[in-house]
Amino acid sequence: MDVIKTQGVTKVYNPDKIPVYALNGVDINIEQGEFTAIVGPSGSGKTTLLNIIGGLDRPSDGEVFVGGQDISQLSDNQLIDFRKEYIGFVFQAYNLIPVLTAKENVEFVMLLQKRSKEERDQRVKELMDSVGLSDKLDSRPAQLSGGQQQRVAVARALAPKPTFILADEPTANLDSKSTENLLDIMARLNKEENMTFVFSTHDQRVIDRARRVVTLVDGKISHDERRD
Amino acid sequence: MLTKLAWRNIWRNKRRTWITIASILFAVLFGSFMESLQEGAWGNMISNVVNYYMGYGQIHQKGYWEEQVIDKAFALPADKIDAIESIDEIGGVVPRLESFGLVSATNITRGALVVGVDPEAEQSMTQLADRVSEGSYLVDDEQAVLVAEGLADILKLGVQDTLVIISQGYHGVNAAGKYLIKGLVNFGSPELNKQMVYLPLKTAQDFYGADGLLTSIALKIDDQDDIDSGLAAIGEVLDTTAYEIMKWDALLPDLVQARSLDSAGNYIVYFILYSIIAFGIFGTILMMTKEREYEFGVLIGIGMRRVALSSVVWMEIILLGMLGALLGIVASTPLVWYFNQNPLRFSGNYANTLEKFGFEPIFPAAFDLSIFVVQAAIVFVITAILAIYPWLKIRRLEPVKAMRD
Repeated sequence: MDVIKTQGVTKVYNPDKIPVYALNGVDINIEQGEFTAIVGPSGSGKTTLLNIIGGLDRPSDGEVFVGGQDISQLSDNQLIDFRKEYIGFVFQAYNLIPVLTAKENVEFVMLLQKRSKEERDQRVKELMDSVGLSDKLDSRPAQLSGGQQQRVAVARALAPKPTFILADEPTANLDSKSTENLLDIMARLNKEENMTFVFSTHDQRVIDRARRVVTLVDGKISHDERRD
Repeated sequence: MLTKLAWRNIWRNKRRTWITIASILFAVLFGSFMESLQEGAWGNMISNVVNYYMGYGQIHQKGYWEEQVIDKAFALPADKIDAIESIDEIGGVVPRLESFGLVSATNITRGALVVGVDPEAEQSMTQLADRVSEGSYLVDDEQAVLVAEGLADILKLGVQDTLVIISQGYHGVNAAGKYLIKGLVNFGSPELNKQMVYLPLKTAQDFYGADGLLTSIALKIDDQDDIDSGLAAIGEVLDTTAYEIMKWDALLPDLVQARSLDSAGNYIVYFILYSIIAFGIFGTILMMTKEREYEFGVLIGIGMRRVALSSVVWMEIILLGMLGALLGIVASTPLVWYFNQNPLRFSGNYANTLEKFGFEPIFPAAFDLSIFVVQAAIVFVITAILAIYPWLKIRRLEPVKAMRD
C-alpha cells in the first residue's frame, strides 16, 4: 500500500520573474515499511520534496497523497493537525525545544494530541528505552551530545505514532559512531515496527543502509534503485 | 505544559529577562512616585485651602450658593445638627452667618465680609484663634469683633477701638451696630486680610436680625476618603429639596481647574516616560521573536497550531509584564511610604509664602495603593499590547522559510 504518492509535483520559485524549478514533475510512490534515501547534489530539490511530502510547503503544481488523502487541498490548520497525527520529523539540527527535558520533548507532540498522562508516560519510557536514553529523561538538550539529541529527536518523531518519518539529513551533524548508532536504531524500528522512513541525505553511510535510493537531479528523479 | 514552556522560555536569557523586568519595574516606580507626589501635593494643598475657610463640605438653604444673600439664611433644628454631628465621618459642624456690610471708623468706610461664627467650632476647623496677632479671641455672645489686620490698617483702628458696621439685615431690616475690636487677625491672603470681620454667632444674628438663622454650615471632615460617604449620610438626614449639600470641589471650582491643568501637564511627562519604556520592551520582544523564528517554524512543523504557539509567546510576555509590574509595586511601596512619612520640605520664597498663609511648606507623597495598581496596570497593558507583535508574526510565519532562514 502506498503511504506517500506524488503526481507531477512541481515547485517553482519566482514564477513571475526568472522561474527557478526546485522540483519539476516528480512522481514517486513510497510504500509502508520502506527505508528510502533521497539523494542528489545540493540544490537538486531533496529538502523541497521532503517539505512538500511533509506538508510543510505546498507544491506549485501536482498532487501529494498521504495515506490516500490529497494534502495539498488541506487548510493551514488542517495541515498542522495532519502533520501532528501522521508525520514524524527528524531535522538536521535536531531542533529539540531547549527549555524542555528529553522526556518533555518526546512527550510534547502527544500532549498536543491530548493523550492521557498514563499513555504519554508509557510511550516516553518505551521510546527512550528504544533509543537507549532511558537514563537521560531529565536532561535538557544542552546537556546531551549531538548523537543523543538526534536520538531524542527520533523518539520525539515516533511518539505520536506517525504513519511515516521524514528525516532531513539526520546524520549531517553527527560523528561516525553516533551516525551508526542512529542508523541502527532507525533500521531496527523500521524492521520491528514496520515504520516507514524517508531520508534526504548526502551521507554515504545512510545511503549504504537504505533499501531504496531515489536520486534527484535538477528537480527531477534521475534514478530510482530498489535494493530489496 | 504550555505554561511551563512559557515560564522556562522567560528564563532562557536571564540577563535580557532581568533587563526587561527592570525597565517595567522602573516605569512603575517612577510613575507611582510621580503620581504619589502630585496627588500628595494636591491633597495637601486642598486640605490647606479647604480648612482655611470652606470646609470639605457645606450645607446651605437650597439656592444660596447661586445667590449668596442673607435672605436665604435658614434655621436648622438642634436635633438635625446633632444627627449630622453623630455621623462617623463628620468631625464637626461649623455654623456661620455671613453677609457683606460697610465698616467704618471716623470718616473712612470700607466694604467687608461680616461673619458670625461659633468661636469654638471655628477654631476646631480653621484655627482662627491661631491667627490672632494682637488682642484676644472671641468668646460666645460677647459684643466684640475680630478684624483682619489689613482692614484695621485701612480704617486706622487697633485693639480696644470701636468699629461701626452697617448692612442690610434679614428680609431688609436695617442692620447697624458698633463693636469693640477685641483682636486683630492675620491672613496670608491679602484679599482676606482686607475684608474679614468676625463676630460671635449670636451677636451676628442679633446684628442681622436673623435670630437662630445661619447662611452656611461648614463641615469638618478629617479624612478625605470620608467626604463622599459623609455627605451622602447627611443627605439621609436632611431634606435635600430644602437644603443643598455641597462638596469642596463645587465650592472651589478654580482649585479643581488648576488641579486638572497640572494633571494635564503631567500626562505629557507620563506619555514620554511610557513611550521610552514601551520602545525598550518592544526592542526585547523584537529580538526574542527574531531569535526564535527558527524554533517557531519547527514547532508549527511538528504540529503545534499557530494559536497555541502564539498563546505561549503571549503568555511569556504577559508573565514578564506581570512580574515587572508586581516588582514595581513592591519597590514603589517603601519609597512612597518614606516620602509620605517624611515629606519633602520647601525652602526659600515659596516656603515663606506658604507659611505666610499659615500653611506648612511641605510636599508629602500620597500613599494610596490604587496609585501603584493603576501605574502597574498601565505598564502591564502596554506590555500586553506590544505582545501582539509576535502573535501577528507567528500568524504569518511560513515554517519552511523560518527554518531555512
